This record gives sequence, C-alpha cells and structure tokens, in this order.
Amino acid sequence: MTSAISPVRSIGESHLTAAPRALTKRRARGAQLRGWLFVIPALVAYAAFVLWPIFQTFRYSFYNWDGVDPAQWAGAQNYKTVFSNEQLIGVIGHAFELILFFSGIPVVLGLAVATVMRRFVTGRMSTVARTVLFLPQVVPLVAAGIAWSWMLSTTGVVDEVLSKVGLGSLAQSWLGGFNTALPAVGVIGAWVLLGLCTVLLYAGMTKVDPALYESAQLDGAGPFREFLAITLPALRQEVAVCVTVTVIAALSAFDIVYISTQGGPGDATMVPGLEIYQLAFYNRQVGLASALALVLMVLVIGCILPVQWFARRGAEQ
Amino acid sequence: MIIARRNSVTGTVLLVILMGVTLLPFVSMFTSALFPSGTYPLGISWPAHPQWGNFVQAFDVANMGAIFASSVSIVIGVVPVSVLIATLAGFALGHLRLRGGQIAFVLFVLGLTLPFEGVIVPLYYEIRDMDLLGSRWAIILPLIGLFMPFGVYWMRAHFISAPRELSEAARVDGATTWQLFWRVHVPLARPALASLAILLSVWTWNQFLLSLVLVDNPTNGTMAGALGAFQGEWGTNIPLLSAGSLLILTPTIILFVVFQRHFVTALLQGSLKG
Repeated sequence: MTSAISPVRSIGESHLTAAPRALTKRRARGAQLRGWLFVIPALVAYAAFVLWPIFQTFRYSFYNWDGVDPAQWAGAQNYKTVFSNEQLIGVIGHAFELILFFSGIPVVLGLAVATVMRRFVTGRMSTVARTVLFLPQVVPLVAAGIAWSWMLSTTGVVDEVLSKVGLGSLAQSWLGGFNTALPAVGVIGAWVLLGLCTVLLYAGMTKVDPALYESAQLDGAGPFREFLAITLPALRQEVAVCVTVTVIAALSAFDIVYISTQGGPGDATMVPGLEIYQLAFYNRQVGLASALALVLMVLVIGCILPVQWFARRGAEQ
Repeated sequence: MIIARRNSVTGTVLLVILMGVTLLPFVSMFTSALFPSGTYPLGISWPAHPQWGNFVQAFDVANMGAIFASSVSIVIGVVPVSVLIATLAGFALGHLRLRGGQIAFVLFVLGLTLPFEGVIVPLYYEIRDMDLLGSRWAIILPLIGLFMPFGVYWMRAHFISAPRELSEAARVDGATTWQLFWRVHVPLARPALASLAILLSVWTWNQFLLSLVLVDNPTNGTMAGALGAFQGEWGTNIPLLSAGSLLILTPTIILFVVFQRHFVTALLQGSLKG
C-alpha cells in the first residue's frame, strides 16, 4: 500500500494529502474485507455443521418429538426429566465416576513414571518408550474396546494372570458384573490415556532446568521433596493439559462403552454419550436426547474452564 | 554408585512393565487370532497349529479391500479441504488485523471442547434433509466443520508468531494479501501444516460415531466404523474377530511406525495447544 502512495507524495505533499488519506481509508476497508474473505470458508463449514446443529439441539430440547410426527412443545419438561429421572441422574454420575479412571490414573501414574524416566532412562530407551506408549493414541478406540473386552472376559488374560498368581478366586467376567463393569470400562480408558499423559509430562520435565535439581540435591532434598518443590510447579501447564484432555474423554466417552458393554449389564455402564444415541435413535425421544446433549456440553465446559483458569493463573505468576 | 545403578534398574523395569501393559492387548489379539476359527482360546497361549488362514478369511468376510478404499477416500475428502480453509482463517485471524476477528476466534475456540454426541442428533436430520445419509459425504462434510475449531486454533497459533517484518517487506514490494499468503507464509508454515494434516487424518480414520449413525453400510464408512460393524457381526468368534481387528489396525500401525517422530510431535503439540 505504502509503495503505491509514496511516489505521489514526493511530487507535491502539501495539497495532495487529503486525497491519499481518503484513498488509504478506502484501501484499509478493502483490506478488512479481503481479510474476512479468508475467514469465511472456515466459518461457513463451522456454522453449517457445528453452530447450526448446536442451535438445533437447543431447539429440539424444548419439544417432544419422535423424529417423524410433528413435534409437540414441551417447555422445560425434558430438562426436568434429565435432573429428576433417577436413571438419567445415574448416567451423569457414571460420567463423573469415569473421570476418576480416565483422568486420575493417567495423571498420577503418568507423573510417577515420567519422574522415574527423567532420572534414570536415557536416549534410545526413551525414544522406544515414547513410540510404544503412544500406540493407544493412534489405534481407534473401537480396537481398544475389542481387545480389552476379550482380555477382561472369563477366558481372557486378566483372569489367567490372576489365577497364576494365586488370586484365582477373584477371576470373573469383569465387564459382565454390576459392580465391576464401570471400573473395568474405566481401566480401558486409563490404558488409552496413560501413554499420552506420561509422554506429555515427560516432555515437560525435560524442559526443567537441571541446575534446579542440582541445587535441590545440594540442599539435601530427597526425591520426594524435589518432586513437590521443583517438578510439580514447573509442570502446571502440562498437568492442566492432561486433565483437560482426559476429562473431556471421560465425560464424552462413547466408543469404548458402545463396543465393550453397550451400557450394560442393566444400566451399570450407561454414559451420557451412549444414552443420547439410544434415546434419539432407538427410543425415538429426540427432545429428551437433545436436552441431555445440551446438559453434557455445558458440563464439559463447566469442568474445563476452572482447569484452564487455574493453568492461566499459574502461568502469570 | 550402587544405589544409583539399582534405581536405574528400577526405572527401566518400571518402564518395561508399562510398555508391556501397553502392548498386551495387541499380543493377546495376535495369539488368539491364530486359534481355529470359532474356538475359545485361553488367555495368551500359542496354539498347537497356528491358523494363519484366519487372516485371509477375515480379509474376505470383512471386505477389507472396499473398507480400505472407503476410508482412504474419506480422508482425501476431509483433510486437504480442512487444512486449506483452516489455514486461510488462521492466517487472517492470527496475522491480519481484522476488526471483529477476536469475536470470530472466540467463536471457534468455544467449539474446542464440544463432544460430538452433542450435535449428532441434529446432524442426522440435517444430513437426511440433504439426502446424503449412507454416502461418504455424510461423514466428510460434518467432519470438515467439526475440525474447524482445532484447525483454526492450531494455524492461528502458528501465524501469530510468524515474523511481521516479512509481511511488511512483501507489502513494500507490492504483494497483494493473497500473494503474501501463498508465496511468503504458506511455505513457512509447512511444519505446522504437516502436523495438522497428520492429526486430522488419524482422527478421520478413527472416527466412529459419525460412521455409526450416518452410514449404515461399512463399505461407505471409516476404518473404525467398519471395525465396529465387524465386531457386531463376529463378536462371538474370538479368533476371527481378533484377526479382522489386527488387519484393520495394520495400515495405521505401519504408518505410525514409519512416521512415528512426526506423529508423536504432532500429537504432543496438538494436545498442548488444544
């Protein structure tokens, strides 16, 4: 822009300034418009297949609709059902229980393993470890579900190992028992996410200045003190990322549950994602499914915002 | 010295155990895939007569050739377009000073945490009204939209740190915004583009929910969708199911091992930024 204007200026600046200024303004507006042209394709795709469906979910949630006949206005009835129906409350509760497994195990165990790796594992070994631990991130969750359903069955590896170490009395169909099914699903999720968290935390630890550890050791700090005083504070952001990713995975779990238990036995492993699917496409209660979908979206944001806020605040300090 | 060495052994052992647990499901699938079709293998054990033919049989019954072709064409339909339009938007929102750009960006960011189940019901009716149910477009079009929050976020993060002096120099030389984008900034963004393309390919390949709801014929769906359908049909035949699952996993695992450095970096950065 400047290159086009400058020759004009050099001829006679005094009486020509008004014209270029108008020109610049028009050009600036043109640049704004052209800039928005870059954004529009993405915005259109996003609006058509995300924003519009979200709005539709919101709209459906105020109707009783079987997906075929004309919809009946239902007011807030569907939301009342979500928050008063014992089965649906249980379903939301299951999602929170899964957080214990999907987030708790990978973050805690991941921190422990990454700490050990940082101290004692070198070069080649850590490259191999990264590759292997990342494998669950690359294969579809469906495959994880299939493999683990078989491993957790009565003829599977888990029971075989238990009976070999003399705990044969514990052997059972883990995904088939009312009390063990949800934790078993949680273990599958933990398996999927543990590698990601470990590698993420390990990568964060390698960025910590080794001099900090040296001076801590000179001050006589043991490995535990060292971990609490140096490692953990430095990893605030990585931990926040792990928690964010795993909490989203837990609350919106679908593939693993669909494949391994279909929500059973009874409703023991029914989670919001699967419930939405079944309500809408099998029970033909589109309105109720949409209300639950909206509650789920709000829940996810409600759980993630505090984590992000916590991470931001830490970064500013 | 002795303590250090013992600790180092502990560390290695712990790591090896963790890697073993990670690999266990794959090993378990592999050994059970070799038992005679229809039998119930016990835990991890090597069969007396390995039935390599199970893989051939699974290839035929799962219609692997058609499924592979379908998944590849879905990836080709989703990834280049998504990367292109996300890059355009990321460039404008990160590098050009757009009035109202901040609002558009926040709008995209809000979609980052969206569980796909939240929009799957209206998507079904939307795709039905477009008369696309059952076709590959039923997966391709929504996925492009659903990938926008991450794609735009990712590319904006790259362009916001791109050197401004370059743009100013190009402007002085008379470059238009379009030339500035293609000639100067896209070539510089190549690593970010490659990572984004890898991530979106993996997520497309492994997409299950859209394939399950919007496409009833597995030969028009994704790999993950086909695997789910295969489990529904052959769920009780453990050896055949294991053989089929492994076949379906093979292309992904081969690609992962070949490009593992890129994969790991992409996934690490992807989750750190996302």
